[in-house]
Amino acid sequence: MIVSIASGKGGTGKTLIATSIAASLDRVQLLDCDVEEPNAYLFFPNIEIIEKADCHVPVPVVDEAKCTHCGICSDFCAYHALAVLPSRVLVFPQLCHGCGGCTFACPEKAVSEMSREVGKIIRARSSGIELVWGELCLGEARTTPLIRAIKGMANGELTIVDCPPGTSCSMVESVIGSDFCLLVTEPTPFGLYDLDIALKALKKMHIPCGVLVNKSGIGDKKVYRYLEKRGIPLLMEIPMSRRIAELYSQGTIFVQEMPEWKERFQDLLNDIKGLVS
Amino acid sequence: MKQIAVVSGKGGTGKTSLVASLAALAQGRAVVADCDVDAPDLHLILRPEIKEKREFLGIKRAVIDSSKCTFCGSCEEHCRFKAIDDFVVDSLLCEGCAVCKLICPAEALSMVDRLSGYAYISETRFGPLVHADLFPGEEASGKLVAMVRELAREQATSRKLDLILIDGSPGIGCPVIASLTGVDIALVVTEPTVSAVHDLERILGLAEYFQVKAAVCINKYDLNPDVAHHIEEICSQRQIKIAGKLPFDQTVVKAMVLGEPVIKIGGPAAEGIRELWRALELCL
Repeated sequence: MIVSIASGKGGTGKTLIATSIAASLDRVQLLDCDVEEPNAYLFFPNIEIIEKADCHVPVPVVDEAKCTHCGICSDFCAYHALAVLPSRVLVFPQLCHGCGGCTFACPEKAVSEMSREVGKIIRARSSGIELVWGELCLGEARTTPLIRAIKGMANGELTIVDCPPGTSCSMVESVIGSDFCLLVTEPTPFGLYDLDIALKALKKMHIPCGVLVNKSGIGDKKVYRYLEKRGIPLLMEIPMSRRIAELYSQGTIFVQEMPEWKERFQDLLNDIKGLVS
Repeated sequence: MKQIAVVSGKGGTGKTSLVASLAALAQGRAVVADCDVDAPDLHLILRPEIKEKREFLGIKRAVIDSSKCTFCGSCEEHCRFKAIDDFVVDSLLCEGCAVCKLICPAEALSMVDRLSGYAYISETRFGPLVHADLFPGEEASGKLVAMVRELAREQATSRKLDLILIDGSPGIGCPVIASLTGVDIALVVTEPTVSAVHDLERILGLAEYFQVKAAVCINKYDLNPDVAHHIEEICSQRQIKIAGKLPFDQTVVKAMVLGEPVIKIGGPAAEGIRELWRALELCL
């Protein structure tokens, strides 16, 4: 079973929840798909790194000896990753989506592909937890190839996916293929507005979901009315707590210091299993 | 014309609450641009009156004409985004490259424009706001950010305003790069947590990569004074100015619920924001 942890708004507690679920179970895999800002591994001080690999994407190379500078490749490229000048072709690797279209479009067969590193994938272990995360190279705009590579490491058992914030392509790529998505929100106007967008994105993907309200007690009560009206299950609440916030700030998973919460996260997972089957 | 982009690396550090207050402090001399297009929240505080609405066409999507399709499977074989399955295009996975159209021997594929969101030019009680909605699950957020910034520049020019205040999105990827390039100052909002420090270093690295001058605001600095001190050390090593330090203050959420900038309510965070604004003005 794959359970993704997502939210429209940033900083609502996705990583807090993903790491707490992992730390409450004996055997689990945690995939951190926030490749722009991977944080989950910071909460596991004793991790043992098993492997580190580069993530590559294809990028065009033009053989100037064969190129007639006809411009067909740049006309075809939907991403403006090629510019054909009278005597040479410029390639902008960071704009390229790696579709391979230019290699097919070129009538002279002058375009081939080489691979380019866009980030790293790291697989590690901390007692019963297998942790996989990615680190996008600075200056890279596209996250999806690296997210796809991380998701390719899912081991077919219980996998928790920590997603990036937002509701656009990075979130979709991280969530797609999940059996269930747990949306984390906070009971504030910003939290509710972004939850609504995230729910609409999930609806398009036909993925069942439930909500966890973090920092309950702050803000207002509108999120509860919103969930009730739409029949969306409220699966858990975590109160606003200075102690939890302080433990988080030090990089400690709060269930390690407040073990009474472990059972609640185990119950949460059982509730999710019930909703999936 | 000067441009300030408020960014953070980590989400939820307080970018939008801060920008709302800076918009109020700018007192009509700034155009505000909400570039967090897939989770835009600034409008909840600035309460804009929309004056103009523009369509945003993101990337094109492939469509298969089933009456022409010979079911040869060539399109599915060549699509590197795995967007074609069983002779149907999954529009959430299609990246609009048009390889399928190029490959199809039966000319059954076409590329169609798709409405992916809207950009708005609005009036608020603190001056003009340019903002946008990217439809849930859409691509090309960077392209929409570029459109918002272009509209904001047009507004600033036509109204003779000399400042653009950009509310950015979290992360370091496509929409952040689109928000950051060419600005005069990237104001990075962080908080004293292990996660936020890690993310701060990545966003400062990104600013350096694009040769953008950065300044830092430590929000809720009193939550963990040791980590806050560590942030100050990092900034001092990188020769980056700490533009402000804001205390944890429950007024911030109260102001959000009321739909008002924190500085209109008062309290210790509001005081900190006023000082930060003065520091920013000196930076510019």
